[in-house]
Amino acid sequence: MIDIFTGGSKLRFIALAILLVALITLPFWVTGIYYINVGSQILFYAVFALGLNILVGYAGLVSLGHAGLFGISAYATGYMLQLGAGHGTAIAVALIIGVASMAVFAVLSLRSSGIGFIMITLALGQILWGLAYRWISVTGGDNGISVRGRPAPFGFSLSEPINFYYVSLIVFLVAVIMVAIFVRSPFGAALMGTRDQPRRMNALGYHVWMIRFYACLFSGLLTAVSGILFVYYTNFISPQTLALTSSAEVLLMVISGGPGTLLGPIVGATLVVIIKTVVSGFIERWNFLLGAIFVAIVILVPEGIVPGAIRLWGLITRKRAATPTASAATTERTP
Amino acid sequence: MNFWIVLTVNSVTFGGLLFLLASGFSLIFGLMRIPNLTHGSLFMLGAYVGGSIVIGLFGVKLNFWLAAVLASLTVAALGAVIERFLLRQLPGDQLAQVLVTLGISFMAADFCLMIWGGDPMSVATPEGLGGFARVGAAVFPMYRLAIIAIAVVVAVALWMLLDRTRLGAMIRAGVDDPDMARVVGIRVSQLFTIVFALGAGLAAFAGIIGGPILSVYPGLDQDMLPLALLVVIIGGAGSLLGSFVGSILVGFIYNFGQALLPELAYFVLFLPMLLVLLLRPQGLFGRHVP
Repeated sequence: MIDIFTGGSKLRFIALAILLVALITLPFWVTGIYYINVGSQILFYAVFALGLNILVGYAGLVSLGHAGLFGISAYATGYMLQLGAGHGTAIAVALIIGVASMAVFAVLSLRSSGIGFIMITLALGQILWGLAYRWISVTGGDNGISVRGRPAPFGFSLSEPINFYYVSLIVFLVAVIMVAIFVRSPFGAALMGTRDQPRRMNALGYHVWMIRFYACLFSGLLTAVSGILFVYYTNFISPQTLALTSSAEVLLMVISGGPGTLLGPIVGATLVVIIKTVVSGFIERWNFLLGAIFVAIVILVPEGIVPGAIRLWGLITRKRAATPTASAATTERTP
Repeated sequence: MNFWIVLTVNSVTFGGLLFLLASGFSLIFGLMRIPNLTHGSLFMLGAYVGGSIVIGLFGVKLNFWLAAVLASLTVAALGAVIERFLLRQLPGDQLAQVLVTLGISFMAADFCLMIWGGDPMSVATPEGLGGFARVGAAVFPMYRLAIIAIAVVVAVALWMLLDRTRLGAMIRAGVDDPDMARVVGIRVSQLFTIVFALGAGLAAFAGIIGGPILSVYPGLDQDMLPLALLVVIIGGAGSLLGSFVGSILVGFIYNFGQALLPELAYFVLFLPMLLVLLLRPQGLFGRHVP
């Protein structure tokens, strides 16, 4: 089980153990509710990025409509609570609606792959945004929906920032383990096969469309989960959350960290949330910076920060061992 | 009765504007195989620049039509710069090119917000077109009829360009088979810049022409881009006829949707897209699935 993460390497095991302990003890050595809340944000955005990475990284399908799916789960939660449903019901309905919307997205957009997939998911995401903005009787239009209170399972009230952080952490860890198992499973291997060699996979008897469809559903599930955490975190949902900018933000998390790696989206989410939080305290121009970082990463570090760092690390250690056969080309760009 | 006539005229007008926007988008898509996600921003930028020149910008104050031409040329030059200096860095990597256009669109939107602020800017209807034309009992705003006329003129001009000139033949060859076009000596990468600039200029022209009826506001780019995407998904990439039919269709559905089901106007657009994707994934007049 642990081997999934460490690949049997002692060094990685120690690094992961330290990281885990740091995450668990974070509320004790970080002073101030503000930073604990930033920690919670990083965790649920990381779940979102892990979900998108299933498609972008492992399936080679770039979606620009994921904020729509994220938002529809958040809206479903808010709307159900507004109708007077309990938290359990609201969450269950939101999960079902999130995954069902993803299924509709997938049926329409999997008619093509590559650029066509981007276009169709973008158009669908914008339609959901338009719906959130205009369908005022359900969504409240520009005013959004406010959610009062967070759930308190077994008397463990999530209104406390620390408690919310721990629940986010548990959800995050479960998501990481699920993705890790998924990637190592035969199904994960088949999915990466459809990314690299769809025609060969087809010839080998794999149902390429179906494999991609299931990957979409898994991605949709993680997206819905993060959307629900988001709406409980902010206690508010408005059309802005579904805008193209939000889809681009989460895509930036994936491609800046490194698509097709487990750690990449987590690092990317951490970076983007921190930059966004810090920068928006000083200047108003977050969107300009988002665009500039996007262009810079795509042109300068196309493989992402994590694979880039691994490549550099590999070059450094190999130089020391004086083996000239550098196999740095293993981190080829995935999409 | 009058209600329906007005709605129809509005739909055709909006369809005409969409055609100006989407024809360039479709040509860029057909030739370079990328959806240019800056297209909404170029539309908005054209509207802002043109509107500012009409009011007076750096001491330049022109009438509406000259301002429209100047704004279109400025944005076309910007398009050429984007293609030459950014997209050219990533030859053949379509995904990266799309992401770059996405990044630029955010920068452009924020730039407009920084320069022109958050309040909508209204563009005055050009002189002489503020009145109404009466046909029997029906009354049409002159300016809307003028937009329809302009869209038809541009459509014919584009068709002549693509069908009757050497440049058009080269573009068509590039759309059909870029490798073969290169083999016979067409400099396809030069065509990329020309088509990108042409598309950018057309988008900006649509923006300023649409200014008097849509007004200009932050977020206009994100309102228009999905419509251009829909036109291309419905009409088929790289097809002028497809853009024309798709634009009119989307114009009608959008306007009728807004009048009859205002809350679901955006959602109704989903239906033609659904039908086309299910029955004819390459679009009504497209040759291949993108």
